[in-house]
Amino acid sequence: MSKYYVNKFLFTIDRDPEWVASYREDPRATVLRWEKEVGRWLNPVEQTSWLEFTQEEREALATHDYVWLFEHGAHFFLNLTLFIALFDEEYAAAKGPLAFQTEMAQKLGHWTGRDYPSVAM
Amino acid sequence: MAELTAVLASTHHPFYYKATTSPADQRPPYAADWQRKVEAYRETLTAAEPDILVMVGADHFHQLWLDNYPQFLIGKQESYDATFYNEEREFGIPKYTLAGDIELSRYMHEELLGKDFDFSVSHELKIDHSIICPIITVRPEADLPIVPIYTNIFVPPLPSPRRFYQVGRAIREIIDSFPSEKKVAAIGTGHLSLELGGPRQFGEHGPDPLFDADAIEWLSTGNVDAILDNVTHASMAGAGNATHGFMDLLLMMGIAGPGVHADYVDHLDLFHTREMYMTWYPNKTPGQLDAAARAAETSEASTGPIYASDPAWDQFRVSQEQA
Repeated sequence: MSKYYVNKFLFTIDRDPEWVASYREDPRATVLRWEKEVGRWLNPVEQTSWLEFTQEEREALATHDYVWLFEHGAHFFLNLTLFIALFDEEYAAAKGPLAFQTEMAQKLGHWTGRDYPSVAM
Repeated sequence: MAELTAVLASTHHPFYYKATTSPADQRPPYAADWQRKVEAYRETLTAAEPDILVMVGADHFHQLWLDNYPQFLIGKQESYDATFYNEEREFGIPKYTLAGDIELSRYMHEELLGKDFDFSVSHELKIDHSIICPIITVRPEADLPIVPIYTNIFVPPLPSPRRFYQVGRAIREIIDSFPSEKKVAAIGTGHLSLELGGPRQFGEHGPDPLFDADAIEWLSTGNVDAILDNVTHASMAGAGNATHGFMDLLLMMGIAGPGVHADYVDHLDLFHTREMYMTWYPNKTPGQLDAAARAAETSEASTGPIYASDPAWDQFRVSQEQA
């Protein structure tokens, strides 16, 4: 996995409320827009030339697939906090406090007792 | 020379502010106990009468980032802003501006480099909940200048536990030699066993209560040998994928010194993690020890080490044996 680039997506979306809202409402379009407007930019002038998602990564991000991201080494803290931003309020209102976090743990339950995918790059 | 009057090592749960400032009918059931323990712990710092706070924490990907993440970093600024947008969003933590102590930052940075600890420095550091949470809990007036120190507990490869301890020992020597008449308190926060973003997160207890039992004994007895013999990156990962924050508690034990028993130890099982509050007084005064005793009475804490053989941990041994 292009761990750095995927983590960069999670990091830069999570720190900006406009990107968070966009990613929640239309993740597929947001991923494409992010690649054009943010992904390769080092600053407003300079770009890298080699960073890009694989098709699987783009699809996982476009479908909010945090289980796939965990399983392919996305950083656990970024993977948690961004999806909390997207879903915590809605889940808490419907099912009570920390309902999203609990569901996330359940969906990752098959990793209990195993070595987790490494977040090292 | 400056006097190090207290060393505090604690957890930094970002839910505390919201849990204890919400209207009474919206407070979670554990808020009252939690607040009682935190406010008692606060008195152990007040009794140290600090003029400056040296604060150890870790940026949680709020400002520091994978393209250039420092292993150890010190802030060198006249003031520091606190609380990023996504911490307000997630935890309801308000904005703060804290004064810096540029003189101690500069001295600390130069002396650390002189001792071969290659620290990065920041002149544009915004502090996150690893530092503002202990301000909220033990110095809510937010009226003292700080010297922030960040460590890498998130981005592998991480420095070794031994290196965290050595940094703590160096910080102690530097505070002791700081040419000033001021009183300095060192406050650092990290974690016991903790899981974030994995299958063991937000369970009924922390992911590894028996690690917590050992950790509290080792820290509160200053048993660095036991820590360095038993705690590795792999063993911490086995106790929860975010347990590496324990190394910041080890760093604080390094400041307190090897073999030095803590003067105040408390902990609280807070569903998905265990809160822990520990204080050492390097130059114990009767007033400080009295304050610790009063605080311990209020919070049902200990004025000395808590051992892993304490019956309080038996329930977890039983459940582990049954499993």
